[in-house]
Amino acid sequence: MDYDELLNCMRCGFCLPSCPTYIESGKDEAHSPRGRIALMKAVVDGEIEPDEEVKRSLDMCLGCRACEPVCPSGVNYGHLLEQARDIIYQNQEQPIPVKAVRKAAFQGLFPHQNRMIGLTGLIGFYQRSGLRTAARKSGMMKLLPDSMRLMEKVLPDVPTSKAMKQRQRLFQPTVPVKKRVAFFAGCLMDTVFLSTNDATTKLLQYAGCEIIVPEAQACCGALHGHSGEKQQAKTMAKRNIAAFEEAGIDYIITNAGGCGAFLVDYGHLLKDEPEWKDRAEAFSSKIKDISSVLVELGFDKLPLSLQDEIITYQDSCHLKNVQKTFMEPRKLLSCIEGAQYVEMKDAGRCCGSAGIYNLVETEMSMQILDYKMKQTKATKAKTIVTANPGCLLQMKLGIEKEGLSDQMRAVHIVDLLLEAYENANPSS
Amino acid sequence: MLTKNGLEVLTAIVGKENVETSQASKLVYSFDATPQFQSLPDAIVSPRSASEVGQVVKWCSEQEIPIVPRGSGTNLSAGTTPLQGGIVLLMKHLDNILEIDEENLTVTTQPGVNTLELMEAVEAKGLFYPPDPSSMKISQIGGNINENSGGLRGLKYGVTRDYVMGLEVVLPNGETIRTGGKLAKDVAGYDLTRLFVGSEGTLGIITEVTLKLIPLPETKKTVLALYEDMDAAARTVSKIIASKIIPATLEFLDQPTIKVVEDFSNIGLPTHAKAVLLIEQDGDAAVVDKDIARIVSICEDNQAIEVSMAASETEAEALRSARRSALSALARLKPTTILEDATVPRSEIANMVEAINRIAEKHQVEICTFGHAGDGNLHPTCLTDARDKEEMKRVEQAFEEIFTTAVALGGTITGEHGVGAMKAPYLHLKLGEAGVEAMRSIKQAFDPKNIMNPGKMFANENRKRVVVKQ
Ligand SMILES: Cc1cc2nc3c(=O)[nH]c(=O)nc-3n(C[C@H](O)[C@H](O)[C@H](O)COP(=O)(O)OP(=O)(O)OC[C@H]3O[C@@H](n4cnc5c(N)ncnc54)[C@H](O)[C@@H]3O)c2cc1C
Ligand code: SF4
Ligand code: SF4
Repeated sequence: MDYDELLNCMRCGFCLPSCPTYIESGKDEAHSPRGRIALMKAVVDGEIEPDEEVKRSLDMCLGCRACEPVCPSGVNYGHLLEQARDIIYQNQEQPIPVKAVRKAAFQGLFPHQNRMIGLTGLIGFYQRSGLRTAARKSGMMKLLPDSMRLMEKVLPDVPTSKAMKQRQRLFQPTVPVKKRVAFFAGCLMDTVFLSTNDATTKLLQYAGCEIIVPEAQACCGALHGHSGEKQQAKTMAKRNIAAFEEAGIDYIITNAGGCGAFLVDYGHLLKDEPEWKDRAEAFSSKIKDISSVLVELGFDKLPLSLQDEIITYQDSCHLKNVQKTFMEPRKLLSCIEGAQYVEMKDAGRCCGSAGIYNLVETEMSMQILDYKMKQTKATKAKTIVTANPGCLLQMKLGIEKEGLSDQMRAVHIVDLLLEAYENANPSS
Repeated sequence: MLTKNGLEVLTAIVGKENVETSQASKLVYSFDATPQFQSLPDAIVSPRSASEVGQVVKWCSEQEIPIVPRGSGTNLSAGTTPLQGGIVLLMKHLDNILEIDEENLTVTTQPGVNTLELMEAVEAKGLFYPPDPSSMKISQIGGNINENSGGLRGLKYGVTRDYVMGLEVVLPNGETIRTGGKLAKDVAGYDLTRLFVGSEGTLGIITEVTLKLIPLPETKKTVLALYEDMDAAARTVSKIIASKIIPATLEFLDQPTIKVVEDFSNIGLPTHAKAVLLIEQDGDAAVVDKDIARIVSICEDNQAIEVSMAASETEAEALRSARRSALSALARLKPTTILEDATVPRSEIANMVEAINRIAEKHQVEICTFGHAGDGNLHPTCLTDARDKEEMKRVEQAFEEIFTTAVALGGTITGEHGVGAMKAPYLHLKLGEAGVEAMRSIKQAFDPKNIMNPGKMFANENRKRVVVKQ
């Protein structure tokens, strides 16, 4: 562990009011950033054993990093958490089924885009073949826990394997070229959320970007990094760095807050590998979220319109807390004619999705989501805009859970912007 | 020591989910914001009502089990470290505001209410609760009362003590008493209310409090004045007070502090200035304008190199919150940050600042200073590394000298952070032996078994400061 980083925490508690798990646990220090850092330090100092309760405290952490921007001592909590989880998971004997699942997901699936396509293709098959209807009708779904059942319901219709495999690699802008960019397509985004990725490239074309989508790119590795599979994350980082180095571009565009935040941190991930460190930093310095680049290229000045409705925005934790991108999405949304942007209270507080947190820590996740839905409802919004696939699914789940699916929708900001653009420019 | 049986009794009182004994829980409640102090409790108990507090205390009294009351654990005097084990009594469930009385201008609340939430609740009704410790986003009213916290507005509006009108307190024997109330006038007997304010959890548990409110000031203006040298800034402070203006806020930051705060807040603080004063006035618009105009001219007459006015409330709030983050921001520079709290009469500010710098140089330690210049409350903050034992010795010597100097200038060893375990070895410097004895006998009278936050306020025979764990 980075001991200096642990010592940087001076235990002032400034981070407590920003931590969703501290708040939702009824102010339990064991579920606060200050408490977690103290636990990590005590373990490193050999004062306590990393027992179940210590692990519990770390497991309950969303990794939302809301504690970082408010920490005046500049403690990089995200790095500490990653290291601690890495140590705990690598040294711990896990039950065999958990191990198998982790291995299948982290080594067998995410690093291989063709397998991602294969698996999501299966989901698509399930959705289209009539199996879904049959499963829902048969009552089989009742066997699943509530949150899983809802998840099954809110999962978008997956594109066909064919569509996923035929991804276009080069796009020319519809207006004179302003920037040459590469698109980081992501693993989940380029399968389950393929249509959002397509919308992203379209927006970039309208904004004046020449876009390449390097074929050799891989999953960003965030899920691995955050779950204590650091080696695997590093392997993927290297593949990505190499894949984008050749492109000769101004920016690398992301449209998933979670991926973006991990990509900007490659420099740190590979800091101990001299032959990679500089390359990683060069890569990271080019990462830009779609909202930022759109604002930079004046997309907010183009005609955008929707019908009369209220829209609100749910920050992606990592986009906000790590990439510090929170003004840009709001700026874009406020420029849409017809729609009225209303900020929800605590928009920056995590929605409880946090990778696979909502599946493994369902109770806490749902409690956090309930708070979020309360704030969303208070805005009277018809559309909740998000900037990360996890948040998008979680907000859909929230809508479903509240029984509001006929009055409210959750969309990715890119999809909404495209809708607004095409609405205002019917010829495009 | 708590036995298994004892835990069952406590569980029966507060419910299973409100008694924690896991190793992790004990660890996370073993410290507060004070560096270098840590000690494990035997259990953490979170009562749900004042009556449960009474039952827990009564039982602990019978068993002679130490009780450490805890708010949010942001104190800087090791006031909540369970030095002798026992239970940490968490106030997290007692977090309701009970009544905002707009006719009597009071608010009655449970102690676990967050300070900022209370301020916002009364401001929503056009009322004002002025004490604003920099930790207000985190701290609780109960913690504020027990530390008698002050803040940026202390100069004009006073500290927590000046707003506490009545208390409900569970005494160390488990009996509950009420002191004071909503009355503006009350001279029945000793002023126990004041005695409990600043008692640091050593005399009883506060379970309810009635606070005085005042009308919300109409307007506020914020000025930032920059200086080439610290003397000029300190002179300005004396001149402002001497010309009979009492600003709402008069804060001081030295150059190293400005630099780190800017590093954190990025609001464009003038890192080239050697010293900065943050000055605010509030109240009636015409008076504020007049006062601010005079303040600006006093600054200019005293060699301020630049005086600027915050253009908007957002800008002013950015300045204030930057100032509030000073302590934690300083923690970026070195692994260990030791903040002290020496206070002198405000006419002595310049002398004290000069003395601090001289002492730092003499002992070869790095000390940054910021604080509430207007009320003479300075926070010399030492940036060091606890792993460097040799340096830590010099740090101790430097602080000892700083305290002695403060007292010699007519000051005190702590202006707002309290004595706790941290300052206990120095209490006699301020009070003298007889003074310490008088206080000890009060403690003895209330808490003969010494179960309420033992080890705080009064040092054992050994006067040596206990910063470094040997
Ligand atoms: C970054 C930072 C800035 C700060 N700025 C200021 C400042 O500007 N001004 C200032 O005065 N202080 C300041 N402090 C110190 C601290 O925040 C205050 O002393 C605050 O009042 C403590 O509140 P708390 O709720 O955290 O109490 P705790 O730290 O939990 O407790 C403080 C004391 O009160 C006792 N206690 C708590 N609740 C009760 C109760 N209900 N009954 C009996 N005893 C109780 C505890 O035993 C302890 O002795 C600062 C601290 C930090 C970390
Ligand atoms: S705000 Fe930073 S320094 Fe303060 S307790 Fe939290 S992590 Fe530690
Ligand atoms: S990452 Fe989020 S959940 Fe975890 S400690 Fe920080 S604020 Fe709390």
